[in-house]
Amino acid sequence: MCPASNSDGPMPDREHALFLLREMLRIRRFEEKAAEMYSLQKIHGFLHLYIGEEATGVGAMQAFTPDDAIVATYREHGHALARGLPAGPLMAEMFGKATGCSRGHGGSMHFFDKARRFYGGYAIVGGGLPIAVGLALAEKLQKRPGVAACFFGDGAVAEGEFHEALNLAALWKLPVIFLCENNLYAMGTALARHQAQTDISAKAAPYGLPSSAVDGMDVLAVKAAAQQAAAFVRAGNGPYLLELRTYRFRAHSMADPDLYRTKEEIEEWKKRDPLALFEARLRAWGLLDDAARARLEAEVAAEIEEAVRFAEAGPWEPAENLLADVQGPPPS
Amino acid sequence: MTKMTYREAVRAALRKALRSDPRVFLMGEDVGRYGGAFAVSHGLLEEFGPERIRDTPLSESTFLGAGIGAALGGLRPIVEIMTVNFSLLAMDQILNNAATLRHMSGGQLNVPLVVRMATGGGRQMAAQHSNSLEGWYAHIPGIRVLASATVADAYGMLLGALRQPDPVFIFEHATLYPLEGEVDESAEPLEITRAAVRRSGGDVTLITYCGSLGKTLQAAEILAQAGIAAEVLDLRSLRPLDTPAILASVAKTHRAVVVDEAWRTGSLAAEISARIMEQAFDDLDAPVARVCSAEVPMPYAKHLETAALPKVEEIVRAAQELVPRHG
Ligand SMILES: Cc1ncc(C[n+]2csc(CCOP(=O)(O)OP(=O)(O)O)c2C)c(N)n1
Ligand SMILES: [Mg+2]
Repeated sequence: MCPASNSDGPMPDREHALFLLREMLRIRRFEEKAAEMYSLQKIHGFLHLYIGEEATGVGAMQAFTPDDAIVATYREHGHALARGLPAGPLMAEMFGKATGCSRGHGGSMHFFDKARRFYGGYAIVGGGLPIAVGLALAEKLQKRPGVAACFFGDGAVAEGEFHEALNLAALWKLPVIFLCENNLYAMGTALARHQAQTDISAKAAPYGLPSSAVDGMDVLAVKAAAQQAAAFVRAGNGPYLLELRTYRFRAHSMADPDLYRTKEEIEEWKKRDPLALFEARLRAWGLLDDAARARLEAEVAAEIEEAVRFAEAGPWEPAENLLADVQGPPPS
Repeated sequence: MTKMTYREAVRAALRKALRSDPRVFLMGEDVGRYGGAFAVSHGLLEEFGPERIRDTPLSESTFLGAGIGAALGGLRPIVEIMTVNFSLLAMDQILNNAATLRHMSGGQLNVPLVVRMATGGGRQMAAQHSNSLEGWYAHIPGIRVLASATVADAYGMLLGALRQPDPVFIFEHATLYPLEGEVDESAEPLEITRAAVRRSGGDVTLITYCGSLGKTLQAAEILAQAGIAAEVLDLRSLRPLDTPAILASVAKTHRAVVVDEAWRTGSLAAEISARIMEQAFDDLDAPVARVCSAEVPMPYAKHLETAALPKVEEIVRAAQELVPRHG
């Protein structure tokens, strides 16, 4: 059931390897802090944690440039951090503060950053795919170099919009990379209980686009696969579907009692913790020692503490501004 | 002034927009090779090519969503949905994305998207092609909703809509496409938030829009012969509603009939009626009346369809019941 790592590739250079580890660790610690802040009732509403899936977001994001447009789901904290959105405004967003990345209008599920072309967390399953297709169309029609990267879960594959979007993107040869983070569950419904064909990467061929699947617990394998997919798309060949096989270690959301899977299954997957796997490899390669690891941990801890401080210190949006961003001013 | 049909007016506006702004493109089912289900875009593929006149697969949700994405990416898409009934398949993108993105992103994003679709009954198209659901769209904060009742508005609204920074939905009544009228193609794009008085009168206000304007004007003519001077207000903008124009007319006539082809329950007519009662109660000499479609899925047979839709006589009768007999 756990896919084997397929990345026996060359050793990365030390600086980049440590960067990847740091990125995953930032997400892990950010999410742990978010859970803590939720239990302290600083964060409300839905909170979906990314713990266990860090290698997919971090690995995939290495394939994209600032020119590219990113679309994600409600489980998007990791993508936002990996895209370079600073942790403070993300935490502040979840606190509901005016200093949040969406001024407190979005919360955990709706992070946005226009300047970084982070086009948001979408909480209607499958709803982001058409948007990504349109962003890619805009790149193509304006002869710009960007591609659209669209993250979604295995659950979204059951939605009509997945099939429509793959078809349209392939038909119009649009620069979209569809990134399915298959964590084997759509809330409590296991993949085999919602898909007749459980090989998600096999769903691309009928629409005429290439695809592959990769071990989503292996950050280097994800990175390599995403870079390959991106190169294909950047060359003007049309879209690509990349399936990232992963697992979430936490419940679907903070409201989920996690009754639909066994403790043994979760423990089995935790043996393939993407951070632990990568750390072990770095040590084996001689790229990481205890001192460097401790330093990294301390730096990340400081960043997360600072994010919480930023969130705490931020002002609330005055309620008088309630209607300010419903519609723009009419043309002058 | 150029004489043309409602259909040609929309086409002329599309052509003008496509010529003057390279960011503008049209996409939808059968807008290109077929020429548009209502022949609105006939000839545009030949003039502008397949990059800008884009035939889409039957996937309303995704091409509407792609319109949102393209707007976010710097283009000015015009999305055509064949009829309002099919737009229901795109409701998710409309409500959850188009209408929310500006707000949900804390004002960072805006979606300059124009969506056009045909609405309404009267052509024996039965229960899945004849609805007037624009009132549902008018329920949604974050979008603008327009409905063109005249040839000049069919032209001007589209150009006005393209100047907006946020999504605009334009409803075209399917029976109006052959309607003839005059268009001033050199006029400034329409200021799209104002209602228009189509006939002045002091005894009763008939409030309507889109496909019902013709019937309402006929009713006003009959009422005039009976000595009742009806004012006919064409709403044009269903969201936002031009409440000041409604209230100004009611302040003058003290009576109002709302004529709306949608079903009565939970309708735009109900909203208008409520606003009048909330804001002009003291002006009223009679309760607000409504003439709407019968609460039935639209039947096919002509006599049944006619029975289901608002009728001129019903409008006349509703108005007469509000106005005390003269003499
Ligand atoms: C259209 C729609 N239906 C149902 C839901 C409720 N819901 C939220 S997340 C989810 C599961 C989605 O699973 P998946 O796509 O695999 O993403 P994951 O949560 O595993 O990251 C469901 C059913 C929703 N948000 N949107
Ligand atoms: Mg899942």
